[in-house]
Amino acid sequence: QEKLDMSTYPVENIRNFSIIAHVDHGKSTLADRLLEITGTISKTDRNKQVLDKLQVERERGITVKAQSASLFYNHEGINYLLNLIDTPGHVDFSYEVSRSLSACQGVILVVDANEGIQAQTVANFYLAFEAQLSIIPVINKIDLKNADPERVEKQIEKLFDIPTDECIRISAKQGTNVEKVLQKVIEKIPPPQCSTADPLKALVFDSTFDHYRGVVANVALFGGEIAKGHKIVSAHTKKRYEVNEVGILTPDEQPIHKLYAGQVGYLIAGMKEVAEAQIGDTLFLYKQPVEPLPGFKSAKPMVFAGMYPIDQTEYNNLKSALERLTLNDSSVTVHRDSSLALGAGWRLGFLGLLHMEVFNQRLEQEYNMSVILTAPTVPYKAVLSSAKLIKEYGKDQITIINPAQFPDKLSVSEYLEPTVLGTIVTPHEYIGKIITLCQDRRAVQKDMLYIDENRVMLKYLFPLNEIVVDFYDALKSLSSGYASFDYEDAGYQSADLIKMDILLNGNPVEELATIIHSDKAHAAGKLLCERLKETIPRQLFEIAIQAAIGKKIIARETLKAYRKNVVAKCYGGDITRRMKLLKRQAEGKRLMRKIGNVEVPRDAFIRVLKRETDK
Amino acid sequence: WPYCRKRCSYCNFNTYVVPAVDEAAVRACLVREAQTLLRLSQVHSVSSVFFGGGTPSLASPGTVAAVLEAVAAAAHLPAGAEVTLEANPSSTSTSRLAGFRAAGVNRLSIGVQSLDDAELRMLGREHTAAEARKAVEAAQGLFPGRTSIDLLFGLPGQSRDAWAQRLEAALGLCDDHISLYQLTLERGTALAAQVRRGALPAPPQDLLADMYQTARTVLPAAGFRHYEVSNFAQKGALSTHNLSYWRADQYIGVGPGAHGRFVPWGEGGCSREARVQTLDPVAWMREVQSQGHGTRSRAVLSPLEQLEELLTLGLRTDEGVTHERWGHFSPQLSLQAVFGAPGEARALQQQGWLVLDSGGLRCTWAGLAVLDSLLPDLLWQLQR
Repeated sequence: QEKLDMSTYPVENIRNFSIIAHVDHGKSTLADRLLEITGTISKTDRNKQVLDKLQVERERGITVKAQSASLFYNHEGINYLLNLIDTPGHVDFSYEVSRSLSACQGVILVVDANEGIQAQTVANFYLAFEAQLSIIPVINKIDLKNADPERVEKQIEKLFDIPTDECIRISAKQGTNVEKVLQKVIEKIPPPQCSTADPLKALVFDSTFDHYRGVVANVALFGGEIAKGHKIVSAHTKKRYEVNEVGILTPDEQPIHKLYAGQVGYLIAGMKEVAEAQIGDTLFLYKQPVEPLPGFKSAKPMVFAGMYPIDQTEYNNLKSALERLTLNDSSVTVHRDSSLALGAGWRLGFLGLLHMEVFNQRLEQEYNMSVILTAPTVPYKAVLSSAKLIKEYGKDQITIINPAQFPDKLSVSEYLEPTVLGTIVTPHEYIGKIITLCQDRRAVQKDMLYIDENRVMLKYLFPLNEIVVDFYDALKSLSSGYASFDYEDAGYQSADLIKMDILLNGNPVEELATIIHSDKAHAAGKLLCERLKETIPRQLFEIAIQAAIGKKIIARETLKAYRKNVVAKCYGGDITRRMKLLKRQAEGKRLMRKIGNVEVPRDAFIRVLKRETDK
Repeated sequence: WPYCRKRCSYCNFNTYVVPAVDEAAVRACLVREAQTLLRLSQVHSVSSVFFGGGTPSLASPGTVAAVLEAVAAAAHLPAGAEVTLEANPSSTSTSRLAGFRAAGVNRLSIGVQSLDDAELRMLGREHTAAEARKAVEAAQGLFPGRTSIDLLFGLPGQSRDAWAQRLEAALGLCDDHISLYQLTLERGTALAAQVRRGALPAPPQDLLADMYQTARTVLPAAGFRHYEVSNFAQKGALSTHNLSYWRADQYIGVGPGAHGRFVPWGEGGCSREARVQTLDPVAWMREVQSQGHGTRSRAVLSPLEQLEELLTLGLRTDEGVTHERWGHFSPQLSLQAVFGAPGEARALQQQGWLVLDSGGLRCTWAGLAVLDSLLPDLLWQLQR
């Protein structure tokens, strides 16, 4: 098969752009239409979220991994190369978004004609604005009944200072005006400013792992050219590789001879792990180092959870499942961990709760593994004051991710908790309830402004752990789904932290121990005790369920003993059914955990910890 | 007899309400199936017969007679063998009962359920408390010392005091045998739906426990032996038939939905089987007519399964599981060997729920009330 000659696309005929939007505003649908119009994929009814390759992405309707596609389009006699870089829309993945954007010169900002500007519209706009990209505003879903494009155009003008006549009104679903968007991309977005004469400088904006070919790195060239046989070096790892294959994505991989400056595609160079091709990394030719592209940082986990196999006999299976899954997701950090109660396992770091849930879902769907997840925690820090501990750790400030490691107050001069700056966009009728919710989560208001007659944007500084589990759901629930939320890392602040233990008849339950702010301890302890009372089955003796801080009990529930538990009738017809039920219960006994003399079903902890966000 | 005139609000048995019953056909099938299964089991002697349902007192005495004749012809039915008929107070006139006695019935079990009219209405029963009293009196006249009444407790909205009153009333009325059942709200029944909807209150666990304690204190004080979880008898009037369930003896189930436990020697079988007859009467009759019996399912019970049943059922009685009975099913492994070694049973004994001694394995007074919490542990120990 003839390989495409990419040299027929000089820099001035290239446009690199991305589509940014709030969740569900139609980013992926617009991408589908663009692919169809340019003939990249054939026009059929079955084109839905073409760029979302993961099962979990299609099921949840979200994009988790960025994909790119090279589109070829003829406009007024000129053949253009349009590189569309799809981005994850979710707040957890804002780092990926920013790296994808650095490979672009412009963005299409999609806003739902009914919902209007939402929190991620704002967040993504600012990312693009700060990167100094051209912004093409597009108002989508004009085909729907409640569409009000005029109102949205005014919002855009007010908040982003973009004149209303620059907005294009489309229906991605029906294809209305989508071609106009393509033309605007060509007219308004500048070509990349780079030259093939410069030395090679390639940005890695994503990577995937292929079992047969190794790591496939998505790259955008900022200078020079790259082809099979070239020797390249990673600025981050300093390792050297030889290029086996270069190609473009249409959206499937299509090998080509050479990729030129300003173009976007992929390369395969014998890398064995995605960690060798990290997002944001710079690749250059051996012996021709360049200034690495700015903005690279290692993935910073925001949420940690302990992950243990249901049974220790499953340990090895889970281990290899984790290894394979993280091959394709270098933003998950993995540390071995162990618990007195659950045995050997891991503490995994995720970019956010969605990231964790998607990961867990992929474990179940793709690897058929069910696991025990323990309480999500955030990375707290402690400034040590005890000389002994400082010596033991080798530094005076440590990060605590497992409650078992929590250093005592006496050895610590200060505890620190991570914070985030959250943006909420809501219709004004919910302001009161939302302010109360935020105050309830120990948040401090930083800004409040009306973006139009109906909508308000609030900025709050939150302790990260207050939003990590069910803040989003609570927000959605009290605003009937209309409020939206986005957040970014905002550093650490001092915090009055304590470790709360849960006891059953005086025996501590290790996997339920949590690090918590002292203000919240009582409420959390009470809730946990109540939940446990509902999930632990009654036994022949009374069970005292307690939450404690050190020796002090702060909450308590009592589960009364069974006084009568025997089926009334057991004659001929009842016996078979009775035996079945009893034998199931006998089986269940095997899977019970014994804490002291209390029998607890294995999934009791999961049910208690998962809270309302379990899906 | 799988037919009733109406379905009570709490009932989930295999019973059918039909406009007309072809009694002759049903009778013929019952007779035929009884003959077939007796032959299959090669049983020599039948120790008791129980007519259940449905509402057996709706069948005619002629049907009862026909079945008993068939049994007596196919095997030995001793003169004093217990023959029980379940009856509803609304179909127990003296003359009808006399008819049953003539047909061979020598014990009557009356479904009184409650002696309060409001409660009876909630349960969807066809009779009033007064009618129930009359029925019991009539029965006692014809079957002295061999009349039993069924009562329910733990009805939605029933208070501790109300139950105490019912017990008093029942004691004043009853003969020598009472069965007391805690009402179970079975899924799919009208009463359960009402409770789920909130139309009726769900009885709290503690109240139910109290009511049971009251019953098992009051009745023994009045001279009744609490010989099974729900069954009380004075003057030795225990139900022979039901005891055979709890001792895991052999029994043959005849009729739609009936259950059996026996060895089908006649077919070349040599293991005890769990058998169920086809549930739907129409389908059952077709099968009986074409094949002689309408056995829907049969499953061989492994030695372990037989022991599990023996344990589960035996512990419901005050006698428990005797060494002899256990030995019959497990000649190699004694009760002592399984449950005497350190393990779950030993722990339960120490906690005061069980007793293992020369008499066998049984629950203590306290243990009986929470038997279903003890059984999973014991079954697990037995399995190991």
